[in-house]
Amino acid sequence: MIEVKNLTKNYGTRQAVKGISFEVNDGEILGLLGPNGAGKSTTMNMLTGYISSTSGTAEINGVDILDNPIKAKSYIGYLPEIPPLYVDMTVKSYLNFIYDLKKCKLPRKQHISDVCSLCRITDVYDRLIKNLSKGYRQRVGLAQALINNPPILILDEPTVGLDPKQILEIRTLIKKLGRNHTVIISSHILSEIQAVCDRVIVINKGTVQADGTIEELSKAVTGENKVVVRVDGPRADVLQALRLIPDVKSVEAVMERENGLFDYEVEGKENDDIRIAVNDVIKEHGWNIMMMSIGTMNLEDIFLKITMGEDVVRTPDSPSENKKGGDK
Amino acid sequence: MGAIYRREMGSFFSSSIAYVFLAVFYLFSGYFFYLATIKSSSADISGMFSSLFLVLVFLIPILTMKLFSEEKKQKTDQGLLTAPVSLASIVLGKYFAAMTLYTIAVSVVFIHGIILSFFGSIAWGSLVSNWLALILLGFAFTSVGLFISSLTENQVVSAVASFVVLMLFYMIDVISGLINIEFIQKILSSLSFYTRYYEFTCGIFNMASVLFFVSVAVIFNFLTVRVFEKRRWS
Repeated sequence: MIEVKNLTKNYGTRQAVKGISFEVNDGEILGLLGPNGAGKSTTMNMLTGYISSTSGTAEINGVDILDNPIKAKSYIGYLPEIPPLYVDMTVKSYLNFIYDLKKCKLPRKQHISDVCSLCRITDVYDRLIKNLSKGYRQRVGLAQALINNPPILILDEPTVGLDPKQILEIRTLIKKLGRNHTVIISSHILSEIQAVCDRVIVINKGTVQADGTIEELSKAVTGENKVVVRVDGPRADVLQALRLIPDVKSVEAVMERENGLFDYEVEGKENDDIRIAVNDVIKEHGWNIMMMSIGTMNLEDIFLKITMGEDVVRTPDSPSENKKGGDK
Repeated sequence: MGAIYRREMGSFFSSSIAYVFLAVFYLFSGYFFYLATIKSSSADISGMFSSLFLVLVFLIPILTMKLFSEEKKQKTDQGLLTAPVSLASIVLGKYFAAMTLYTIAVSVVFIHGIILSFFGSIAWGSLVSNWLALILLGFAFTSVGLFISSLTENQVVSAVASFVVLMLFYMIDVISGLINIEFIQKILSSLSFYTRYYEFTCGIFNMASVLFFVSVAVIFNFLTVRVFEKRRWS
């Protein structure tokens, strides 16, 4: 159980994390999602006691990380963004060092070999870490987090630098670990969060933008009475035309999905089905509907919508911003 | 503390630092030993010890330069600082590892003593007291080097800065000679590492000097812990 209340971190005058609050229940796999520089790593560093918070509290199993750091840290296995590996050691001596460092009481040989086979590093056990590939290093980093079997695992971008096969392996491993550990992983890769996590917290510019399951987020962002429609007409004209439909409350151009094709989000009044009206208007102008969907957005849309800020997406004459959205 | 101590000892010997440190120290101590005793047909070994002070000013920074700076650079400090261990045990683990290597180095003076004993009778008491002086000086110097290493990410900066600071300690007497204000002279000369060290090499065992060196070590190790504490809080 992790309880974070109003956690804030200032670096000089820059506020990296601005009053983040959330809870993680036992056995949950939580994803921290956000663009680079959103404050994910800073939050994790505060949770693990690497840096202190400027204000606010973080409690690990009821123990405040700043009041009783040694006890709180003993509950956590942490894989930082850059795995803390001593490159001049072999995997064997490194894991034994971590075993001693964490004052692990489990049977040494058995425990270390279990962790190694779990992370699939048994075949490099006797090699120097400096000679290992990025993927293996990442897995050795994961192995050191697993030593002493901590109930909470905090993994900062665990799949960065891995090849697709290794990414799948790590994801499977994290899911497996999620059965008897509480896991927090951070990522700016959406599919990863979608594949692994029970719950997502979207962080942007140091604040929590959304917190919930992927389905909940999707609902919250889109609303029930919304239709997303892709039209091949000129943007300003289409907007104008759609806005003239009597049942429509609001229309927004979401982003350019294909060349010259924009997605529009049309919100109807009081849950009216506006699909037919929309269809008619588009036909009237001689444009074509290339796609129409109700409500549900995929995680990428939610992510972009939440993190890029509504203004950016909705400004009509900002092709560069739209392009940015399209590339993401 | 034990885990960090063992890792650090392993790291000294798996990198070249231990060998360079030991070789250079043995080379200089051997040379000064030869000059002071065999060349001048004397059994008085204390001349060697006064020369070793300056050697240590150069060598201790090599011993301590990477202890923390390298951790910071490789981000391995993140592993240590998020492990369930106290900051003091991290600092002391490294400190005692450096002190162990240092003790291995300076204990070579007993071999010098044995060599000398073939040529005549030597004052073992004075030798032991001189060895103790080296150890105490090492306690103080290593803690200074460790402290400076915790301030930077760069090994070279760490080594050069430690060297400059130790050199200043060495030159306190010279500096105090340049200042004609009596009470500043008094303060500086009481802080003089060399005078206190020299007393030992003359065979004077002064408890105040022992306390002085131990205090310097305690203060600088404390400051190193504060550096990490501060980084956590700032």
